[in-house]
Amino acid sequence: MIQITKNLRNHLLTFSALGLFGAIFSQASAQDEKTLLGAGSTFINPLFSKMFAEYNTKTGIQVNYQSIGSGGGILQLTNKTVDFGASDAPLNDEQTTKIGAPVLHIPMASGAVVLTYNLPGVTASLKLTPDVIADIFLGKITKWDDKRISSLNAGVTVPSFPILIVHRSDGSGTTNIFTNYLAKVSPEWGTKVGSGTAVNWPTGLGGKGSEGVSGLVKQTPGAVGYVELIYALQNKMLFAQVKNLKGKYIVPSLASVSAASNIKLPDDAKVFFTNSDAADGYPISGFTWVIIYKEQNYGGRSAKKAQNLLQLLWWNIHDGQQYATPLNYSPLSKGALGVAEKILRSATYGGKPILK
Amino acid sequence: MEAVQDKIETVPARKIKASSRQVRMESVFRQTLVIIALLVVILVFGIMLTLIVESVPSFRALGIKYLWGRTWDPVNNLYGAYPFLLGTLLTSFLALIISIPFSFAVAVYLGEYNTKGWFSTSLRNIVDLIAAVPSVIYGFWGLLVLVPIVRNFEIKMGILPYGIGIFTASLVLAIMIIPYAAALGREMIRLVPSSLKEGAYSLGATRWEVIRSVILPYTKSGLFAGILLSLGRALGETMAVTMVIGNTSMLPHSIFAPGNTMASVIANEFTEADHTVYLSALIELGLVLFLVTVIINMVGKRIIKRFTNE
Amino acid sequence: MNPASIKFRIVKSKLLQVIIIVFAFAITLPLIFIIYYIFKEGVSRINWTFLTHIPKPVGETGGGIVNALLGSILIVLVASVIAIPFGILCGIYLSENRSGRLSYWSRLTVDVLQGVPSIVIGIVVYFWLVKPLGTFSALSGSVALAIMMLPILIRSTEETLNLIPPTLKEAGLALGVPYHKVILRVIVPCGTSGILSGAILSVARIAGETAPLLFTAFGNPYLSTNILKPMHSLPLLIYNYATSPYDEWHELAWGAALILLFTVLLLNIITKITTRRWNVQL
Repeated sequence: MIQITKNLRNHLLTFSALGLFGAIFSQASAQDEKTLLGAGSTFINPLFSKMFAEYNTKTGIQVNYQSIGSGGGILQLTNKTVDFGASDAPLNDEQTTKIGAPVLHIPMASGAVVLTYNLPGVTASLKLTPDVIADIFLGKITKWDDKRISSLNAGVTVPSFPILIVHRSDGSGTTNIFTNYLAKVSPEWGTKVGSGTAVNWPTGLGGKGSEGVSGLVKQTPGAVGYVELIYALQNKMLFAQVKNLKGKYIVPSLASVSAASNIKLPDDAKVFFTNSDAADGYPISGFTWVIIYKEQNYGGRSAKKAQNLLQLLWWNIHDGQQYATPLNYSPLSKGALGVAEKILRSATYGGKPILK
Repeated sequence: MEAVQDKIETVPARKIKASSRQVRMESVFRQTLVIIALLVVILVFGIMLTLIVESVPSFRALGIKYLWGRTWDPVNNLYGAYPFLLGTLLTSFLALIISIPFSFAVAVYLGEYNTKGWFSTSLRNIVDLIAAVPSVIYGFWGLLVLVPIVRNFEIKMGILPYGIGIFTASLVLAIMIIPYAAALGREMIRLVPSSLKEGAYSLGATRWEVIRSVILPYTKSGLFAGILLSLGRALGETMAVTMVIGNTSMLPHSIFAPGNTMASVIANEFTEADHTVYLSALIELGLVLFLVTVIINMVGKRIIKRFTNE
Repeated sequence: MNPASIKFRIVKSKLLQVIIIVFAFAITLPLIFIIYYIFKEGVSRINWTFLTHIPKPVGETGGGIVNALLGSILIVLVASVIAIPFGILCGIYLSENRSGRLSYWSRLTVDVLQGVPSIVIGIVVYFWLVKPLGTFSALSGSVALAIMMLPILIRSTEETLNLIPPTLKEAGLALGVPYHKVILRVIVPCGTSGILSGAILSVARIAGETAPLLFTAFGNPYLSTNILKPMHSLPLLIYNYATSPYDEWHELAWGAALILLFTVLLLNIITKITTRRWNVQL
């Protein structure tokens, strides 16, 4: 009698354990299609964070976006561990070869890379010229009260603090936009350091993500770093006005970024517009792209998943754009939108276009 | 006589079947134990193998010169581990130097001055709890509380007020590794035979002189092993260091400058190492870290084993 | 004998005693300081919203940490389910086989495993699970944590069982009880509190680990129970929020740190109470 009930108990336990696992796993696969995984740019993270929260309320699709830096996003997409990557730097040649299959760059929005600083006693926005910025980051200008800075800012008393550079410690599209600009305006920077998502900085402290950089600048007196505009705004930090190609000092803002980004996009949307020659354009701005594989049938992805992804991206460039302006990102211009739509329509599943 | 023999010879068939099943279960059990022990061995060798295999591209591209290369330049695909080796050694040894007086004091106090009683038990428990606090919490506290303090100190000293840097990282590390040398040291000191100590007392030595000339020489190797264990812990510590060290791949020019350790550069750059050689260079760092910490730990444990068996 | 020199030596001895006591008790300061600080900053943050809501989008106030809380619990649970049977069985093997080649190598590798930095384990599990499966997952995070739990489990099980007098096992075997029943029904239950405290200690050890989760569990802003997909956890949350510039996130991190610290310390204290009976060196 005891033997029977013990056996029965053991069997019951095994079946219920199996049943539990089965329930978890089956719920898992149903859940799976309604979850999308993305990773990359910290530049666009505040905007994506808002967009995806709204999209979830609207459609119930969960988009798990991790801001690990543009370099990280591209790598994880190459490893096929995410559904889409986000980057402020389009794939370079080596990355294109490594990823093997054709990818699509879909522009999402553009933003400004601002020079944010922390100077005790200074509440004004400093004016900086391209050569001064380059020399600060090259380590040639080491104090805030250097003549070259004070001569540009007559009305402001700048304290005699040492300049502490804060740069990105991770692979960053923001770095890419910034160094792209620096290479254009300073030949010395171009030869000495170059441009890319991670460069060999001549000096400075490293912060992880735009979050890390703004965190460090906020806490360190005398620090200057480069982050996306919204990080400086949300944290009530000061940022500089930069002299553009046309000689005007431009305050980074929604308007000045839109002025700079109003260019004709090539068909593949891979373009930089730093050091723009627009009269009111802010010279250090750039696009963020979402990057996906052109052919979505890989690694056992279902057609439904691919469709969810494409619908998400379609929404991003249409209805989602309304969230850009309040966060000071510049939404896609009409021309850019046209190019983006065409690119999205070219995505296929098993050779057939996904979006009708 | 015959009745007993009858009882011995006739075993019911049911019992034979049950006992052979039992024998099978026994051997299954034994085999399971053996397999699991084997799996643990395979696991560790697997870890080592994975590290080696994934380091190969870096080794092939950069050779052994990687270890003393000074440039870490992902743009030009040039990697050199020297800044991180230096950062790791600097932070670990600095942390060790700061922590040794404290570990020593705790070990001597608990092992010699006050070995029993609730006072000493509470101290011992507190020291153990220091080791239990997760490293990310040390990093968090260090970042928000210790860094401003160090920054103010640097401003007063006229140094670049980063706040973050090798010095701060060493401070946080020092706190974290105190328990290892302290706990081991206490055990070693308690093992000193009282006959030796009593002999010294009877010759007129003071308490301190007994410690200095009897206990310390006797436990020398044990204390050294404790220091090695602390060192091993410090070398591999990742999170707390990453949060306060400054994350720059330049050679640190002073202990107040920012830097990077092998563990923290891996944590920062692993998820975005987009060239094969880049990723492989990071893993090679992991391999070096693995080998160094393992060797130090093993040496420490050997010394302890030899000491407690004497 | 010069009386002055004796006095000097005695004074020196007393002086050094004071110095040692001061140093010894000085190290309690950082711990008390840390606990106090986290308590002060975190306790105000913990409320019902905090414990039941997911984080708000970047820059908005409100929100909570329920996804990280649940994620931590799930990941640790799965890790324990994987590691505990493994660890205990291996510990049994080692205590039953004091000598022998497999024993020697097993012990050696357990020692090695104990010293491996957690970030290295994260790297290895990335290559073993994340890359082949094509996705970050809570499961790979659990596997990494399980690997870290093993040395503590194995070591504590082995030492607990070593303390049990061999006469118990011999008596069982002499009575004809099969070997596996002797071990599983007699010896192991005898060592329950030692093994249990080893298990609790191993859980406390990994509950706060961040590095292995960086490249495996990855993080997730939503509440999820799917272990085959990324999941958030308390240590990851603290790491991300602490290094950010948002004051709101700092506050969330303090609250999360309080919960984590409290849990880990509690587990350690429970372990101490249970080991007192055994005097096991864990």
